[in-house]
Amino acid sequence: MITKRIIACLDVHAGRVVKGVQFVDLVDAGDPAELAARHAREGADEIVLLDITATHEGRRTLLDTVKRTAEELFVPFTVGGGIRTVEDAEQVFLAGADKVSINSAALKNPELISEIGKIFGSQAVVVAIDARRDKEAADPVCDAQVFVQGGRKPAGRRVVEWAREAEERGAGEILLTSMDSDGTRAGFDCELTAAVSRAVSIPVIASGGAGTVDHFADIFKRGKADAALAASIFHFGVSSARSLKEQLALSGISVRLSC
Amino acid sequence: MRVTVIDYKAGNLTSVLKALRHLGVDVTVTDADLAPIESAERIVLPGVGHFAATQRLDATGMTPAIRAAVQRGVPFLGICVGMQWLFAGSTEAPGHAGLGWFAEECTRFPEGGEKVPHVGWNSVTPKADSRLLAGVEPGEFVYFTHSYKAPVTADTAASTEYMQLFASVVERGNVMGVQFHPEKSSEAGLKILRNFLEIPR
Repeated sequence: MITKRIIACLDVHAGRVVKGVQFVDLVDAGDPAELAARHAREGADEIVLLDITATHEGRRTLLDTVKRTAEELFVPFTVGGGIRTVEDAEQVFLAGADKVSINSAALKNPELISEIGKIFGSQAVVVAIDARRDKEAADPVCDAQVFVQGGRKPAGRRVVEWAREAEERGAGEILLTSMDSDGTRAGFDCELTAAVSRAVSIPVIASGGAGTVDHFADIFKRGKADAALAASIFHFGVSSARSLKEQLALSGISVRLSC
Repeated sequence: MRVTVIDYKAGNLTSVLKALRHLGVDVTVTDADLAPIESAERIVLPGVGHFAATQRLDATGMTPAIRAAVQRGVPFLGICVGMQWLFAGSTEAPGHAGLGWFAEECTRFPEGGEKVPHVGWNSVTPKADSRLLAGVEPGEFVYFTHSYKAPVTADTAASTEYMQLFASVVERGNVMGVQFHPEKSSEAGLKILRNFLEIPR
């Protein structure tokens, strides 16, 4: 049976994994290669590395970090942050990523989705969407506003229509972050995720708000998510992916637990 | 050991090469040159993307070289689309022939049930006599990402269920294929690659 995926996310700044609330008050959380290997060993189904630097100098550091991280990693590995062109994507793939995550650049130039997909395959293109519910809209959930630049600027798009367009253009997966939930540890946005998951045929990865095991059970059952992403719950030894998955299995969620 | 990896310019080979090198083998990549196919001790055909991309194997003359190698008994492993290419063809690219080692055709998952593509970790149920899956327990998880799949036949070495049963591993003689990505399937995947490298000629 297909299982629900638990994805460990590493936010990387200047070659180090960092943790902060909404990218403020960053705390050093360790070496990306070491942490990725540890998460994979402890049962994470996939690793996402998000570069939050995005300066020219930082890009070279990033490629080096991706290379080091990918070296001994034998689970799917996605890299995002600052990928604006096919060439940027190619460099990240050559450094060892299996998928790239694109966000602002896809909104600015939606053809980038198909351009990367044509060369590297749809399975290698994750379109990340940052969305916030719009109380003014007729349907605050389906018409949640999409934001760019790390959530600073509205993109003028609605979440469901943009997710559908991304799929039509050849995205392989959607990584959906609820800006309302992000950083709260109060639970994922199940309604938002379910609305997007029902609207597309490609997998939807839910992000933002993970705090407890029940939150994960909820996003898989009510939120119709195919995968869930979390960063902070795994850091500093709060919990391992394996213990999280063992508890999810008890609540009837199908997860990968090694034989 | 010399392993030849075939590049038909559809996607990224980095992960496959990395996994093979991790297992300590000497890897040569070819995208047209036939010599590395002729001298190969093992051949790996990775693959992502569209079935039609495999036409490059015909255009470059690599198909007859591969056919000759497998007839000599060189162990061959197709991965994902590389496995589907071992069949007669796929409804993804009607009119484009595969190698035809297996007579059947690959087809798309049905609409209206679960999501298509099938993406994520799913379990395999191996046949007891599979050499490729020696030591792989029934129910072991591996990583899939595909929309087309091969039917279950007498050559199926492991099956997986997603809406219906499909062949996740095929094996007949020295020709083998896996629908999933062993290079991304953690310890289970590395074990399968290691088994492939250890199969005697």
